[in-house]
Amino acid sequence: MMTKALSRQHRIALTGNDAVAYAVKQARVDVISAYPITPQTFVVETLSRYVYDGELDAKFIAVESEHSAMSAVIGAALAGARTFTATSSQGLAYMWEALYAASGLRLPIVMALAARALSAPINIHNDHSDFFGMRDSGWIMFNGEEAQETYDLTIMAYKIAEDPRVLLPVVVSYDGFIVSHAISDFYALNDDVVAEFLGKRTTGPKIDPDNPRSFGVLALQDSYFEFKRQQYEAMENSRQVIREVFEKYAEISGREYKPLKEYMTEDAETCIVAMGSTVGTARQAVKTLREKGEKVGVIGILQYRPWPTKEVEQAFSRFKRIIVMEKTMSPGARAGPMYEDIASTLYPKHSEVKMIDYTYGLGGRDISPQGIIDIYRLGKELIDKDKNDRVQFYGVRE
Amino acid sequence: MGTSVTWREIDLGGSVAGGTSERYKTGNWRVERPIIDYGKCVKCLICWLYCPEPAIIRKGNEVKIDYDYCKGCGICAEECPVKAISMVPEEV
Repeated sequence: MMTKALSRQHRIALTGNDAVAYAVKQARVDVISAYPITPQTFVVETLSRYVYDGELDAKFIAVESEHSAMSAVIGAALAGARTFTATSSQGLAYMWEALYAASGLRLPIVMALAARALSAPINIHNDHSDFFGMRDSGWIMFNGEEAQETYDLTIMAYKIAEDPRVLLPVVVSYDGFIVSHAISDFYALNDDVVAEFLGKRTTGPKIDPDNPRSFGVLALQDSYFEFKRQQYEAMENSRQVIREVFEKYAEISGREYKPLKEYMTEDAETCIVAMGSTVGTARQAVKTLREKGEKVGVIGILQYRPWPTKEVEQAFSRFKRIIVMEKTMSPGARAGPMYEDIASTLYPKHSEVKMIDYTYGLGGRDISPQGIIDIYRLGKELIDKDKNDRVQFYGVRE
Repeated sequence: MGTSVTWREIDLGGSVAGGTSERYKTGNWRVERPIIDYGKCVKCLICWLYCPEPAIIRKGNEVKIDYDYCKGCGICAEECPVKAISMVPEEV
């Protein structure tokens, strides 16, 4: 890392949840509204402590539910505030209708999601069912692998969301417990550096008594479609903005972000795809497999929405086999969401690339480097035998 | 809003300049029409206070129903302490 970049930051050790709260404090948000839910709870606790200790000059709105939390930040964002909320699992499910209101109203809200399984049966541990559940809600979606990425993405999220070319809400997800509760060291930018990087929120819809407007209006057959088409374009515009923000952030932090995280893919014939903390585990597995002469690499998905179409096509079209690991289940679908996104990106131009989809780790079932080595061997064999026409389950008792 | 506005020109996030409800004459939603019997009216202004529209126009202590916007909900008739307002079915 460049010395110059180092002088702008400090090294600290925090849990993933506290790393998020730290980033939000440095972003100098105006309004926070959230309802505690495992495993996100400490984000809310730490932020409320910051506010009550006077370390953060923000209004903390305590609410009785996640539906109200999202509604409160929507109102605050419409009033021109920089806002933050956080949730997990059932909490996100309870926010559902308001998620679409936030994106449809074009509000630059930032939300943290400590990813957790969905009920029933009830389970507090990590998978990505909640994250993928909000796929079509119009939010920009990132996934942090560990505390460093989660912290950096939370700060960058405000820059992206508030860009006048975008004006969309952003969710930064990180694995419940595995990242949210594990203390790890990371580099945090100094307060003044973040303050200069983000400035104050000056963009987006804003209630202004001198220029009265109606927000959240009824738009029927004659105008709804135009509003939604414009919203789609904002998501398209965000691709360029995200690239610019990643570049600018690299200049100040020395950390370079890309939508896809490639590892040992150079001459790989087979590529494993994963999201979240599993990506690190997969790197370990790939390292072991490489030592045994296997031509395998791993790609971690950091940016899920907008789906990095060009980058995915460029990266994945050169492999013979793609093994997609998904910590979510889409009953009745051809495959999980990442498989479908990759397949639709490669088809029809690169339909010679063979793919297989693995569901693993539901409800927090652990995945080890050996588990990923198993998935690699099994997946490769099934692809080569042309038995890759259905979703496979790894780690479930048969 | 004119139907010629494209998605490129339309206002951000489904927001529009204020005052649009003035253009929607909601009086034609009405099934029953409130009629004030001014002989009974005691000018207490309770109907004016309770009307959710507001479709009761006040001048001093005098009230008048604005049939362009009155949806015929009947709250004024219900609340009137001297039963000076009656709801009469609209002619079809």
